[in-house]
Amino acid sequence: MDFKKQKSIYQQIADTLCERIVGNELKADERMPSVRDVAIQLGVNPNTVMRTFDYLQQNEIIFNKRGVGYFVAGDASDKILALHRKEFIEEDLPAFVQKMNMLGLTFDDIIKMK
Amino acid sequence: MIELKDFSFSYGLTSVFENINLEFKEGNIYGLLGENGVGKTTMLKCISGLLRPTKGSCTVDGDVTFDRNPEFLENIFFLPDDVPLPDDSTPEGFFHALAAFYASSSEDEMHRLAKELNIDPKRRFKEMSFGQQKKSLIVCSLALNTRYLLLDEPTNGLDIPSKADFRRILTERVGNGQTIIISTHQVKDVENLIDPIIIISNSSVMLNASVETITEKLFFEYGGQQRPDALYSEMMPGGYLNVLPNNGMGESLINIEALFNAVLRNREVIKNIFNL
Repeated sequence: MDFKKQKSIYQQIADTLCERIVGNELKADERMPSVRDVAIQLGVNPNTVMRTFDYLQQNEIIFNKRGVGYFVAGDASDKILALHRKEFIEEDLPAFVQKMNMLGLTFDDIIKMK
Repeated sequence: MIELKDFSFSYGLTSVFENINLEFKEGNIYGLLGENGVGKTTMLKCISGLLRPTKGSCTVDGDVTFDRNPEFLENIFFLPDDVPLPDDSTPEGFFHALAAFYASSSEDEMHRLAKELNIDPKRRFKEMSFGQQKKSLIVCSLALNTRYLLLDEPTNGLDIPSKADFRRILTERVGNGQTIIISTHQVKDVENLIDPIIIISNSSVMLNASVETITEKLFFEYGGQQRPDALYSEMMPGGYLNVLPNNGMGESLINIEALFNAVLRNREVIKNIFNL
């Protein structure tokens, strides 16, 4: 069964931070704002922001220098692109194809529209 | 840590809590949710030493709260929903009166927070709107810097920008290891701020779980069809908001109001899902 999802807050915050990295506002190899600063800025529980940072670290977008804080990975933009591609293929595309089927559209129809 | 063990409380023959076990761990912002009259304020009064449990115990860092040891009292502050304010008093005066009892209080902090929330500490309470009074009291409570802070319906009467300010200045706190309990029935005001979430009803704890655990165990669907297996569903623009047991559907965005309704309507199911 297909469920209509909305991303949890920690994922939404991850998306925002990724946008800031891709937009070069947060630069490769430079220090990330602290968990606390992000939490205060957004008025969100620090536990939630901590989860965001864990998630970004697991995906090798940021890394932790012990005792210093989190830094943007050198190849963060590539990693973000890879993550977004994966997300598109796993989440967006199936929903898109399902909608096409529902509307009786084929890929040929769409190519012809161009 | 705040600990309630086999905690019962009754007013005469009217039982408010029966055999509750609950722990509040350091460095969290707990949300204590429940309908009007379920005893949220009573629980806060027991924790702050104003009331004595009828049965069981209520301790903070091992101190029995109703013994009201000075070392314990110095570490906790309870801000009730309505505070009687003498006619000519000001936030500054109110703060000074309290600060005498709290070694960790900071006047600089009070002024900094007052500035941030657009409060004039020298203005008399009676010249302020209800919302400004409330903000002033929150500022004073925070500036006492107690290890434990209990806020009863703190967002009552706050205007929209102040609610955002409130969330921001509270978030600042927990980094310092402070433990905050916010009791409220206005869950929208504290969404994304409170974690863990505690829901009380019918003299007992119906839910006590972190946001992470809740998203693991329950799935919130927005704008789908009405599902027969939903624990709760309500109409929303574009379809139904459904709360479902999470059977590998991944993580979703919590809607606390829907969570609240789902919990109140499915007591046994929720108990099973969360192994309470």
